[in-house]
Order: sequence, then C-alpha cells, then structure tokens
Amino acid sequence: MLRPSLSLHGLGLIANSVLALLFLSLTPARAELTIEITGAGANRIPIAITDFGGDLASARALTSVVRGDLDRSGMFRMLDTSGISMTEKTSPVFDDWKNREADALAAGSVQAGSGGRLEARFQLYDIARQTPLGGEALTSSPNMLRAAGHRIADFIYEKLTGEPGVFSTRIAYVVKSGAARYELHIADADGQNAQAALVSREPIISPSWSPDGSRLVYVSFENKKPVIYAHSLVSGQRIVIANFKGSNSAPAWSPDGRRLAVTLSKEGGSQIFLINSDGSGAQRLGNSSSINTEPFFTPDGQTLYFTSDRGGSPQIYCNRLGSSDVQRITFEGNYNVSPRISPDGKTMAFITRREGSYRLAVMDLASRQVQVLTDSTKDESPSFAPNGRMILIATEVGGRGVLSAVSVDGRIKQRLSISAGDVREPAWGPYRR
Amino acid sequence: MKRFIIPTLLVLLMAGCSSTPDAEQDAAPVDSRSTSGGDVATVTANGVDSRRLPPELTDPRSILSRRSIYFDYDKFDIRPEYRDLVTAHAKFLTNNRQFRMLIQGNTDDRGSREYNLALGQKRADAIKKQLVLLGAREEQVESVSLGEEKPKNLGQNEAAWSENRRGDLLYSGEF
Repeated sequence: MLRPSLSLHGLGLIANSVLALLFLSLTPARAELTIEITGAGANRIPIAITDFGGDLASARALTSVVRGDLDRSGMFRMLDTSGISMTEKTSPVFDDWKNREADALAAGSVQAGSGGRLEARFQLYDIARQTPLGGEALTSSPNMLRAAGHRIADFIYEKLTGEPGVFSTRIAYVVKSGAARYELHIADADGQNAQAALVSREPIISPSWSPDGSRLVYVSFENKKPVIYAHSLVSGQRIVIANFKGSNSAPAWSPDGRRLAVTLSKEGGSQIFLINSDGSGAQRLGNSSSINTEPFFTPDGQTLYFTSDRGGSPQIYCNRLGSSDVQRITFEGNYNVSPRISPDGKTMAFITRREGSYRLAVMDLASRQVQVLTDSTKDESPSFAPNGRMILIATEVGGRGVLSAVSVDGRIKQRLSISAGDVREPAWGPYRR
Repeated sequence: MKRFIIPTLLVLLMAGCSSTPDAEQDAAPVDSRSTSGGDVATVTANGVDSRRLPPELTDPRSILSRRSIYFDYDKFDIRPEYRDLVTAHAKFLTNNRQFRMLIQGNTDDRGSREYNLALGQKRADAIKKQLVLLGAREEQVESVSLGEEKPKNLGQNEAAWSENRRGDLLYSGEF
C-alpha cells in the first residue's frame, strides 16, 4: 500500500535522492505521528539506562522504547552508556555511576520464555543512596514488546518523580487527509501503533474517552448534521447517544461513566443536557437562553464547567449540579473557551484569545491565577494527561494541524505531527487497567 | 511498524429502533466494520444518498435555486438583501407541505470548534424563525449547525471568512 504522498514528492526526488524515494515507497498507508521536543524541564534527572541484555533484537527494541519514553517526557537527562554491558543480575559499581553523574540507573534483559513469549526483567537503582529501587518481571508476546517497554518506563518514572507515568496510555485524534477523508485514530501515547477506529467522508470532532478506556464518544457529521455516537473500540460497535432534532454536540463523560453532559439544540439555541450513557433520559440543565456549551465534569462529578456567552462574550462558568447558582470563572479578555479540569481538580486548562491569537492557558482554581502557556496563534481542544502533568492540544504550524503536548508549567513542549494530513481534536485516554 | 490491513470481518448492521432507546431520537447508523489484527476495529461510516428535486428548486433562473444566506462577523440577523429569498422559500414550504428543509449554519474557523458549532446554530435558528414566521410549519424545518467544519472557502482572510459565515438551505432529498 503506497502513501499518496509518493506521487506528490516523487518527481522532485528522483534527481537528488533515490534513498528518500525508496523510503517513501515503503512507508505504509497510515503514517505515524512523529514527536519533536521543543522544550525541556528545568531540573532533569540524570539517568543511565544500559542496553538490555539477552535476546539481542528484542533487547535493543525494548531499550529504545524505555529510553525514548523517558527522554521525551522532558523530565530526564539520558546518560551515555555505550560500551557498558550489564543486566538486572549485575551488581552496579555505584562509585563509577556517581562519577558519571547518574542519579539513577536501570539495567535489564529480555529472554525467550515458554510458548514463544518474551520475558523482560529489569532493576532500578538509586545511585546516591546506593540502593535498589525495585524492579519487575514482565512477560509479553513479541508484538506487545513496545507495551512492555512503556510499562518499564512508567515504573521508572513513578519511582523517580513520585507521580504515575502515562507512557502506557493511548491518545485519540482526528486526521483529515484530502478534502473529504476523516479518520479517528487511536495511538499509543508516543504516537506509535496508530489504528483507525472510524473512517468517514464527513467531519468527526470532540472525541472523549470513557473513564474505563473502552469507549469513545464523539460528534460525527455523517448524517449531514452533528450526531453524538458512543463507539466501543474493540468491537467497533456504535450506538447513537444523541440524534435529536437540531444539533447534538460537545459530549463529556461523568467520572463514573454512567452519564454524559452534552449540548443539544432540540429546544432551540445550544443548551447543556445530562443524558445516560445508553442515550436515554436527556434532561436539560439551566434555563439561560444564551449559548451554553463545552460542558466538562470536575473529577468528583458534582460540578460542570462550561462556556457561555450570557455576559456578552464567550466566558467560562461553573455550576454545581442540582444548584441554580452559576459562577463566572474567567474575566481576563473577551474570549475564554474549552474548559478542562485537571484530574486532581485543582487546575483548569482553557483556550484564551490574546492579541487576536488563540492560546492555551491554565488557571489555578484556588487563586484564580492565570498563566498563558504558549505563544501560538491557533490552539484548540486541550486534554489533560491522566497524571495531570501534560496537556495535549491541537495547534497549527505552517498552516497544518499538529498536536502539541505542553507541561502544566509551560516548560516542556512536544510536537506530534503526521506527514500525510491535518491532525486535530486530540483526547488523552485514561490509565490502562 | 507493520500495518497490513486485512479485512477479516465485514458486518452490516441493520438500522433499527432497538439501539435507540428514546423515541424522540432518530435511528442508528448502518456501518461496515473490519478488524485489522489490532485491538481497534475500523468502522466505515456511510453517507446519505440524494434524490431528485423539482426544477423550480434547482433551475438557476428560479430564486429558489439560491440556497445560501451570508452573515456579518459575530452577527446572527438576516440582512435585508435576503428578505425576498427567505420569503420565496417560506412560500414554497407553505405550498408544498410534504417538503422538509434542513438549514445548516456555518461559521469561519477562528476559535473553538464547539463554540463555533453553537454560533452556527444561532444563524440556522435565525433563518428557521423567519421561515416559520412567514408560513412554514415548525416541523417542516430543522435547523442544525456544521460550525467551522465545512468551509466554502479555505482561505485565511476576510473575503474567505465572509463566505463561510452563512446558512445553507437543503430540501428533502438533499440531506
């Protein structure tokens, strides 16, 4: 299967690079996201990951996944370990690693186990304290080796930073290629292993993961109007959540997965409703005749944040469910939209318009302090990583849609782009169980 | 990474009431699915087929062939130049009660997709209100929004944006 870009790039390339042409012709139809780091944390932990021992090809693949994950997180500085051969069974010479300025060291191996499975083992050490920090033994089928690598990176990340890692999580996003091809993709958090969950000739927007990670809800325009579907990823089974007269949009799961907050226009205007996760029992919230949309639940499920133009410009408000009291949250500027609350409930990510540009901002909900995190022109659709450390957004670079992951302090920035099309509408999935 | 897609399974799901628990809602989609060997099955969404329309709705000499109403930036009121157009469509709907109309509101692409969907809804609602006022029946007309998703002009300048701030009128058979 040849990627369409072959015919576009082919002519110009023949003269100067046969290799590039060969590479293109071998690239599969579904191009993967490539990640580029554009910033790093202030105090990165120096860490040595030695080449895993055992079965050489698998070990090399596994080591590169672990290193890649930790490196891209912007939280670690990877030390050179070339020429050093050790496994989880080797006792480290702590003074040597201290001289190399390592704070932590991980070593491991991959061996062929029973039934064609692979067994990966590793051990993590604290160099300053000269103690092991623990390790794991994982068995994996050969095609799940990347997943084992993400598990190991998660373990190391959590031991050294005190927060769970998100390398084993998945992301969803929409790729638009050409005038009328939209694909809802599910990929690993490092952009690899992308699979299409939905292919359509009409737009797909606002994907949102069920809390258990088994389903996505989204808005599809395949019926010439916005309709909300819930889509089971493994089976591909879809049910209509909302296909009422008018528009159906902006679905957001309640944290318990039983209900969704949605925006319906069936009673005129755009109003927020609660609806059961099987599409039954739609119930309107509030009586404002203004625009009310983009609902988002707080982690305790008790409060909804949303966007409304009731004050004359789009601003973010919140409403405790069961109460008629609505509180305005944003005041700076005349365009503040797309509220998302962090998993710990303390921070709100949103999009703010500053000097004509749309930028990702965060608000500390206790102090109401706002920090604008980017200097882009077209940020959209923020989504927190399940550990709350990074925010995934859609933005535009050179007129093309890309995804960007930005740390909540704005220091670390990763850009995820796909050569074959426009990437947009990201949603970071929950921890995998 | 390997990505050879082998459709091992093709399931056609009949649209039925069973999957939509609410009578107020329309039916479920007809999907085709394939599995690619991974843990995500790929669904292909099917579009909608069009039917033939009477010539007075499509003849370029007929005012009823004009189906777009343009709006000013951040505005939702119908400009006076569209009064005759709206009146003609209201009259057609009054004289042809068997016809249904779908009004699709659109916006330019600046700002949030979901907020733009709400803005497009406001434009579609404004057109619907005028049509009903002039004789169309409430149940004949559905106003929906495509937000910024279906721009007529992909440019990033005021001329392009003004083409995208519009409501489109579609008759039964066109949606």
